[in-house]
Amino acid sequence: MSREDYEVVIGLEVHAELSTKTKIFCSCPTEFGGEPNTHCCPICMAMPGTLPVLNEKVVEYAVKAGLATNCEISRDSKNDRKNYFYPDLPKAYQISQYDKPLCEHGYVEIEKENGEKKKIGLTRIHIEEDAGKLNHDEYAGGSLVDLNRAGVPLIEIVSEPDMRSSEEAEKYLRKIKSILEYIEVSDCKMQEGSLRADVNVSVRKKGDTKLGTRTEMKNMNSFRAIVRGIEYEIRRQIDLIEDGGKIEQETLRWDDVSGKTFSMRDKEDAQDYRYFPEPDLVAIRLSEEYIENIKNSLPELPETRKIRYIEQYHLTEREANLLTASKYLSDLFEKAEKISNNPKAVCNWILSDISRILNEKEMEAEQIPFTGEQLAELVQLIDKGTISSAIAKKVLEELFENPKSPEEIIKEKGWIQISDEGAIKEIVQKVLEANPQSVADYKAGKDKALGFLVGQAMKETKGKANPQMLNKMFVEAMNS
Amino acid sequence: MDIIELTVHELIEKLKNKEITREEIVNAYSNRINEKEADVQAFVTICENVQKQLAQVEQKQIKSELAGIPIGIKDNICTKGIKTTCSSKMLENFIAPYDATVMNKINAEGMINFGKLNMDEFAMGASTEYSYFKKTKNPWNLNRVPGGSSGGSAAAVAAGMVPWALGSDTGGSIRQPASFCGIVGLKPTYGLVSRYGLVAFASSLDQIGTLTKDVEDAAILLNVIAGHDEMDTTSANREKVDYTKSLKKDIKGLRIGVPKEYFGDGINPEVKNAIEKVIAKYKELGAIVEECSLDIADYALATYYIIACAEASSNLGRFDGIRYGYRTKNFENLKDIYRNSRSEGFGSEVKRRIILGTYVLSSGYYDAYYKKAQQVRTLVKNEFAKNFEKYDVLLTPTAPNVAFEIGTKSNNPLEMYLADICTVSINIAGLPGISVPCGVNSEEMPIGFQLIGNHFAEETILNAAYAYEKESKFRENYKPQFKK
Repeated sequence: MSREDYEVVIGLEVHAELSTKTKIFCSCPTEFGGEPNTHCCPICMAMPGTLPVLNEKVVEYAVKAGLATNCEISRDSKNDRKNYFYPDLPKAYQISQYDKPLCEHGYVEIEKENGEKKKIGLTRIHIEEDAGKLNHDEYAGGSLVDLNRAGVPLIEIVSEPDMRSSEEAEKYLRKIKSILEYIEVSDCKMQEGSLRADVNVSVRKKGDTKLGTRTEMKNMNSFRAIVRGIEYEIRRQIDLIEDGGKIEQETLRWDDVSGKTFSMRDKEDAQDYRYFPEPDLVAIRLSEEYIENIKNSLPELPETRKIRYIEQYHLTEREANLLTASKYLSDLFEKAEKISNNPKAVCNWILSDISRILNEKEMEAEQIPFTGEQLAELVQLIDKGTISSAIAKKVLEELFENPKSPEEIIKEKGWIQISDEGAIKEIVQKVLEANPQSVADYKAGKDKALGFLVGQAMKETKGKANPQMLNKMFVEAMNS
Repeated sequence: MDIIELTVHELIEKLKNKEITREEIVNAYSNRINEKEADVQAFVTICENVQKQLAQVEQKQIKSELAGIPIGIKDNICTKGIKTTCSSKMLENFIAPYDATVMNKINAEGMINFGKLNMDEFAMGASTEYSYFKKTKNPWNLNRVPGGSSGGSAAAVAAGMVPWALGSDTGGSIRQPASFCGIVGLKPTYGLVSRYGLVAFASSLDQIGTLTKDVEDAAILLNVIAGHDEMDTTSANREKVDYTKSLKKDIKGLRIGVPKEYFGDGINPEVKNAIEKVIAKYKELGAIVEECSLDIADYALATYYIIACAEASSNLGRFDGIRYGYRTKNFENLKDIYRNSRSEGFGSEVKRRIILGTYVLSSGYYDAYYKKAQQVRTLVKNEFAKNFEKYDVLLTPTAPNVAFEIGTKSNNPLEMYLADICTVSINIAGLPGISVPCGVNSEEMPIGFQLIGNHFAEETILNAAYAYEKESKFRENYKPQFKK
């Protein structure tokens, strides 16, 4: 049997660090970086006798995430302890949520490349604390514990096993990331680990109703790794079954360099976390009013924004979809549109040249170094005829390298478009004189000759001449 | 007049009248510790700087009437700059980087911390024999235990080495040693006193409380330590009460229930006899005393040990040899550090409870033990609530017997657990309880009785306790003899 005879089943557990100012159970800053163990206090270092106090912002952010993903919000929720030993976990238990998560039974909708829409179910969203970090010490040969991250608030978003391909998994994660960015509860920086996913993969013969044995790849932190990892696992599992083997339920580590998964622990080593209700914290009770207030304060979500773009800016559905998929791109669009008053042009720049460069550089939208104001200025410079679109592309490349005002860039580089009527006339005259054959061709009805002449003029001016004016003047000159 | 015989409210009175000075008080207690500590062994750490503390109090001109009053602190309450060991090898050299909330309050009053008091390791025990450092002796008879786990606190107060002390009570750890040492021990309602800075044994049961010479001192010290704390979300946010205000009220018409289950076969006849006299006294004072029933009491001990051990197994996970505390010298990898540090750093009773607690939380056993215990806990609460519809206070013995001889139970955990039989259900229900001395047995060992109040009814039990104490004159009639 071949790959086509199998169905792939994928579920994701997404961890997102919340962008609250302080940690979940103490008032230490959540800021990334900092010298080791400088964002710590007796509470997040688990000194004997200390107690946690739940940061209310964490609950608010998690409820926001739940409402934005169509979840039911629990009126009655609680924290639980998940017990295990590891040096980055100072209390030897993580305060999490077990059987009463804050949010349950939600879904998000994804749209595949072929335009097909699909709902992916969310089992639950719960709040918990992040662990610290171990740094391997090359000199002493041991590991050093940094507790700056210990107690940074997380939400864990658990999906149903509803995805059937790596494409769907990627689209799902992009959707989650986009929603979290829109509601501004997480900065979702995958490079810094503030958004990461555990990926569960299993395969079964098409038509089977029972799920196959799954494996779990831990802590995946790039879209590329997730797609590659899933593809690798699908291949590995199918090959194993085809060879008469059996899939073991195990936890895997994806190695991006070798492009393979490695076993971390199997079912036999599975830990018993001995969950029980956290006695140091009181139950979380949310009133209807509280939930209603958060619901009313939710910002515009991608779906609504998309519809607005189609109506307000007359963008196509595809354009609106692509723009709103990333809050960052969408915000960039709105800022530049507002200043330049040319939504179509801004949209085109973002979806064609900017997206192409992002792809080439393997960058995410939030890594775009220039501002909406700078993009608007670029569009305005074209609209005013100060530069041609050919020059504008060069300016854009420059904006990625060395972001500053496009006006300054073109001044420095001497890229200002020639729009002076006298100067253009001079060039036209010069080109006409140098190309009598083309003039004859044009007069004989060969319109292509005009393009050649304009091209010659552009060459003459290193692309700086205003192409519309050139066109007009050539026609006028040859028809007179 | 012997200063160390006076209660704190008497000291306050004499200070006011300028009959004594703070310096005289501090010196008297320093001398008393020098004289008695070798016999009693109540302290893990004796603060050598009490004169300096007093000088600072004088310099700051703290206005409190408690300024300069000595106090002893159970060694599981964190004190900045002074070792907090929990009487464990695990924390032998541990100095907390912060003060517990109750210590901030004690310090704000200008009290003088005379030292950290011995206890059963991590507050697990009923005799203070499970301390890693020393066995504290009962001042009434030095061959006997002071009770536990706040045995150092109870013995120090009984021996006159401090006028009062703080303890902690998870299943009787204040009331039982108070009863064994002939003093007053108050465990407040769960949530009345902040637990921030109390090294956790069982978070849902632990409560800091007072060990004092008499009931009035208990009210005074409770005034200092009670109150909401933002650092402890389980602490109650209630209006502040002056517990000395209603102490001296008439108790005529007070409704007292006496649960019959607390007078079964396990209770020593001399103890039973003493309690009956207490009941008679209350009737004389005009209280209405009736027999009542708490038929869930039989299940309380099992429920207690499941919940307490489960929470302890998790709370004590942080003692892993990584950040602070004891670390084994014998390791080659991470697992060795964990295993050997914990094997070598914890004593046998602590290990027994961690194992028990780990077991009852394990998958496959959780429903049968931990979950069931939580259900019984609800029943216990309901049973008490039903009784408090009819009664203002409930009256029981504090312990089934008087203080036992050192070494007689330390190898028999089950028998040791039975020493808590009268006190644990109060912690399970989160209620306030007070132990008051009510006489001695034929061996001249003190006996105590327990008054249990409804949630936050500290005023009621203090009032009832005070009324009895005033009549019984226990302190005038009996004194610890330091028998060898």
